[in-house]
Amino acid sequence: MFLFLQGVLTGAVRSETSVLYATLGETLGERAGITNLGMEGCMLMGACLGFVTMAHTDNLALSMMAAALAGGLSSLIHAFLVVTRRANQLASGLALMFFGLGVTGFIGRPYVGMKIRGLNELPIPYLSEIPFVGPILFTHDVLTYLTYLLTPLLWVFLFYTRWGLAVRAVGENRTVAYASGLRPSLIQYLAVFFGGMLAGLGGAHLSIAYTHMWVEGMTAGRGFIAVALVIFSMWHPLRGMLGTLLFGGAIAFQLQLQARGSRISPYILDMTPYLLTLAVLLLWGRTRKHAMPEGLKAVFEGVD
Amino acid sequence: MERIPYLRLENITKTFPGVLANYSINLSIEKSEVHAILGENGAGKSTLMKILYGFYRPDTGNIYLDGTPVDIRSPLEASRLGIGMVFQNFMLIPAFSVVENIALALPKLNVLFKRSEMEERMAVVADRYGLSVDPRARVWQLSVGEKQRVEIVKLLLSGARMLIFDEPTSVLAPHEIEGLFQIFKNLTNDGYTILFITHKLREVMACADRVTVLRRGSVVGTVLRSDTTEQELAYMMLGEQSLHLDRSTKKPPEGRSKTVLELKGVEVSDDRGGLGLKEVSFSISSGEIVGVAGVSGNGQKELGEVVLGLRRCRAGSVLLHGNDATQWSVARILGEGVACMPEDPLVMGVAPGMTAQENMILTDRMNYFRHGGLFIDWKAVRAEVERRVENFGLPIPNLDTPVIALSGGNVQRLVFVREVARRPSLLIAYYPTRGLDLAATKMANDLLLACREAGIAVLLISEDLEELFSLSDRLIVMHRGEVVGSFKPEETDRLEVGLLMTGSKAP
Repeated sequence: MFLFLQGVLTGAVRSETSVLYATLGETLGERAGITNLGMEGCMLMGACLGFVTMAHTDNLALSMMAAALAGGLSSLIHAFLVVTRRANQLASGLALMFFGLGVTGFIGRPYVGMKIRGLNELPIPYLSEIPFVGPILFTHDVLTYLTYLLTPLLWVFLFYTRWGLAVRAVGENRTVAYASGLRPSLIQYLAVFFGGMLAGLGGAHLSIAYTHMWVEGMTAGRGFIAVALVIFSMWHPLRGMLGTLLFGGAIAFQLQLQARGSRISPYILDMTPYLLTLAVLLLWGRTRKHAMPEGLKAVFEGVD
Repeated sequence: MERIPYLRLENITKTFPGVLANYSINLSIEKSEVHAILGENGAGKSTLMKILYGFYRPDTGNIYLDGTPVDIRSPLEASRLGIGMVFQNFMLIPAFSVVENIALALPKLNVLFKRSEMEERMAVVADRYGLSVDPRARVWQLSVGEKQRVEIVKLLLSGARMLIFDEPTSVLAPHEIEGLFQIFKNLTNDGYTILFITHKLREVMACADRVTVLRRGSVVGTVLRSDTTEQELAYMMLGEQSLHLDRSTKKPPEGRSKTVLELKGVEVSDDRGGLGLKEVSFSISSGEIVGVAGVSGNGQKELGEVVLGLRRCRAGSVLLHGNDATQWSVARILGEGVACMPEDPLVMGVAPGMTAQENMILTDRMNYFRHGGLFIDWKAVRAEVERRVENFGLPIPNLDTPVIALSGGNVQRLVFVREVARRPSLLIAYYPTRGLDLAATKMANDLLLACREAGIAVLLISEDLEELFSLSDRLIVMHRGEVVGSFKPEETDRLEVGLLMTGSKAP
């Protein structure tokens, strides 16, 4: 039982990493008042281009950069459409998702089935030997460790710095932000861009570190789960991490069950993380007053 | 040598497509004075102030600050020059705490800022000028007066030397207005300059040092407050129009008046489950205007809702024309001739995306049904709507514009006209002149008196004591959901009612 639990939790941390990146990215964007349903597309771009770069150069840093840039640049399409062209955020986001799916399917075609060295686990000496907690937290890859840093960093950024205040102000009310001497459009572009970069890294974790391969559409809805988790976490990075752990836990749990030869149909088991997400949203229901950035109510009208 | 004014505007002209908002404005503002900009709605006051604050740029003209020409390109530039603005609907973010809102406006803040340090700086300013607010409260929890104080503190801390107030009193209760004028005085004593935009003569007389009157985008003149009178200012502001409200010529109908509405010991819950109305009893007869005085949020909303059947009584009963209507549906109550002009017409009274014409028949559409309501007789609608616009002098140029494109005052009047045109027996009118200028206010007041003459019972809910005293046949005062006073206007005075409605005097 002890080992089972340890296995589930270790797996949870491993499999939630990609979703956590996208959740952090989406949190940043939505705090600035832009919902990006195209996170799925950004993740795929990152997953695909990270993998392709890795396959050709075998250079980890380079492929990380490629993945982040791919995610960031593709999300700039969304920023241009909704901030500059004032398009409907839902339509634009969905279009970006399908765009990412199509482009990566095309680019990644020759790489399907290829196996790469990729990014492997790097247990941290001493820390990983702490009983129980050690293996759960400190037997992962660099990208996972990076989230331990990024999550609190985003939290401090949003709530304790002048810049974070500016981002949140733009997300609440562009006019007030402008009257306070900020440049709302620039801030929204930057937030969406960095959000997309994070999603790209999340996608890269999936292809380079988690599976070591590229499959068309391999994110399997993780980008959308991230959007849901942002709402569940009430636009808060730390709660977002908790949410992704829950989601990752469900994945790890069903994998452990399958590995142990459970007689429940694997299709049903595959559904658990998504069922859990539905259940959480159902139970959570209405969010607290004023938790949601006011500007998000404008998704249907474009940014004013 | 001539003294250089603190701020000087020279030949400022600003046009919007089809509108000449400001025409060749010249204006000088001295250091540490309270300078009022007086004008009707649409006189160009707000446009001029937005030019000063960098929201708009003038087509032509120059602005001089301390004698040097300045180019105010953006709000950021304005705040660098020490110009700050308190907007009518506040530039605050409700979800943020007071401290965060203030931090947002400070340009030279550390990247990692300390909340405690900000709180100390706030406290210094708050003590000096009487502007205390809890720095940790979220702005949505604050009252309107407190929000205004936050705005002022924000501007002072961000280094503003001149403060522009856009209609700052329209949202305040009487005693809060006096507090604001005291703050003006404290600030000018310390060398701050105040620019105060308003259309209320009385307030200009109460607090300004000098007054500049605008009419149709041009300056009519600048006068010293001590050299002028309310009459002279009104004349400058309006030109030749008469504003005298003649109550005596419009008499209530002769003969026996009948009781239209009666409330007996009504109690209802408010939105948070507390007690919204507490043992409210009164009655209104036909051809009578009963004014309800009170600071908004003291049960007025609940009062209207309980009469309309939108809110159920916990105890007590509501009688319409002598019949117990406590359990009636909203449709049945409306069918009995109850009309309502809601508190916020744009939210409660109209469908914003629909046209003026469609909104005009929203509540009496059944009269134009053809084929059992399958179609609407648009020709008849058009004729009727045009007749109403003509009769009531509604300034709506195109009946096919969506009402969202109309000004707030016009939407208010549209709803008012619509409700009156239904020939109700009881009209509940919430703040019928809130935000209207003098001419439009006069029209609305005349309309109310015409209703009275036609034998309609009117429940007039307002915060404007002057209006209540000049229109009402009877006055009731509400405080915390209770009726704390009931008078004939001639039996009392503004001071007594003001004290009662703010709870400063026990009933």
